[in-house]
Amino acid sequence: MSLSKHSHPLRKAYIAFVLLLLFLPILILVAFSFNESKLNVIFTNFTFDWYAKLFSNTDLLDAFKNTILIALLSTTISTIIGVLSAVGLKKFHFRGHGLIDKLIYIPIVIPEIVLGIALLSVFTLARLELGFWTVLLAHISFSVPFVITSVRSTLYALPKHVESAAADLGASRFQIFWHITLPLIWPGIVSGALLAFTLSMDDVVVSYFSAGPGTNTLPLYIYANIKTGISPDVNALTSIMLVITVITLTLSAHFQSKKLARRSID
Amino acid sequence: MSQHNPELAGISAYNQSKPGKRFDLFKATFTLPVILYSIFLILIPLIYILFLSFLKSDNYGGYLFEFNLENYGEVLNSTYITIFLKSAGIGLITTFICLLISYPFAIFLRDIPEKRRNFIMKLVMVPFLTNSLIRTYGLITILRKNGVINSALTGAGIISSPLPLMYNNLGIIIGMVYTLLPFMLLPVCSAVAKVDQNLLDAAEDLGAGRFAKFFKIYLPLTLQGAFNGSLMVFIPAIGYFFIADILGGGKAMIIGNLIKNQFLTARNWPLGAALSIILLLFTFVLVRIYRRIGGKLDDLGGG
Repeated sequence: MSLSKHSHPLRKAYIAFVLLLLFLPILILVAFSFNESKLNVIFTNFTFDWYAKLFSNTDLLDAFKNTILIALLSTTISTIIGVLSAVGLKKFHFRGHGLIDKLIYIPIVIPEIVLGIALLSVFTLARLELGFWTVLLAHISFSVPFVITSVRSTLYALPKHVESAAADLGASRFQIFWHITLPLIWPGIVSGALLAFTLSMDDVVVSYFSAGPGTNTLPLYIYANIKTGISPDVNALTSIMLVITVITLTLSAHFQSKKLARRSID
Repeated sequence: MSQHNPELAGISAYNQSKPGKRFDLFKATFTLPVILYSIFLILIPLIYILFLSFLKSDNYGGYLFEFNLENYGEVLNSTYITIFLKSAGIGLITTFICLLISYPFAIFLRDIPEKRRNFIMKLVMVPFLTNSLIRTYGLITILRKNGVINSALTGAGIISSPLPLMYNNLGIIIGMVYTLLPFMLLPVCSAVAKVDQNLLDAAEDLGAGRFAKFFKIYLPLTLQGAFNGSLMVFIPAIGYFFIADILGGGKAMIIGNLIKNQFLTARNWPLGAALSIILLLFTFVLVRIYRRIGGKLDDLGGG
């Protein structure tokens, strides 16, 4: 073991500093959610008022409800499509397989604005009314590839013989998928689903183009009000969401550490 | 029997695979969703904007079916070129700052015991999981005239008038770095963590200093991770119009604002489509380079 293994306090300070930079804007938002003054400028007095006011701001609550609902629905649908796709692309070779295998990477690398306007154009062409359902479709569009890649990483690590052993014992292909494959790729499915959920919650650009005038999501609500000033009930909602995020992350920690452990073996 | 309609390609393929059986439910269940998904939500939208980019705007938000290259010609207009160059500049500076922050972070992280290291990487993910507009809103409370930084500095008597930290290019860059930093930290940390300690020890024994170790060992061995992060930072940094809108003030524009305006304000969809296609081709070139240096597509996107 060399001397460089020994951690220098300045190095630790640097790591702490970068983490602080990442968290500062979020922590300040949380702090001001308990501030009496309407302006997010100086902390005057501690209060829970904004949390109470939050429940009478129907526009904001409506936007929040849409955001959560779209995230849950798009996560469920993209996870199902993603799992079926990952397994199907591995098991079967069909005409167009090569092309589709390339196409599914496009939403990962494409600038979000290009995907946003491309979907807007096609929704308009198909005469779909912009709103909740088009946002949902758009979110499915960018989430599926992330689920596929996440499931794939566990799918390709599967021992080859388990599926054929089950087949030899007379299991049907659906039985093999349900009882053998699915439980084995479960960690990949969960981390793919969590990724899809956070991508949906985080999205601004694609929602902006596919939402139309009637439907609001939380990011769109903030975007529309940010220049005229946002009242601290948004801070209160943000703090609540942060708590939800931390819970989600703790849930995923279990699967993440498994994945990390596997990677470090490679 | 062969069918040449690409939409039916999958169906004809599974008919062939099981001779004597007309419909294979299992295969259909696992192949039809991905076929339908990639055709309707990826292929058709992209082909449609490619098609749009060759049409002519009627100046009223619609388009005339006159096939032409005028939109691509108009992109060469000096105003647009200026925005492209400025946007690329902001993207490059953002990427470079993210690299500068991430490398020391990743290298110093190697000395931290594994349990705490995993915890720190989870902390890095938390802001990454908070909506980027909410984080931008948080940033405003820090950067604006009466924000946290300026209040602290004027309060302490260090400056007499507030520093212009937003409503300019500096604001855009701060916003982009802050929003996109986790996309760089994750791949760079995972690449740097994989560098073999023996190599570093050997280099040290042979008298290599810190800089030699960085340029001769870390950098070449982590190039893929760095390029992965750079892709995931640079591409959004030229497209995130809302950051330029909020932190750059009214006049500052990046490519993202330019495309957004063509679709929503100027209502010249063909020109907006042409701008998008150019941006898309540029992205494909970057991904090509990434794959040339051995990068895997599955590693992109922090998955």
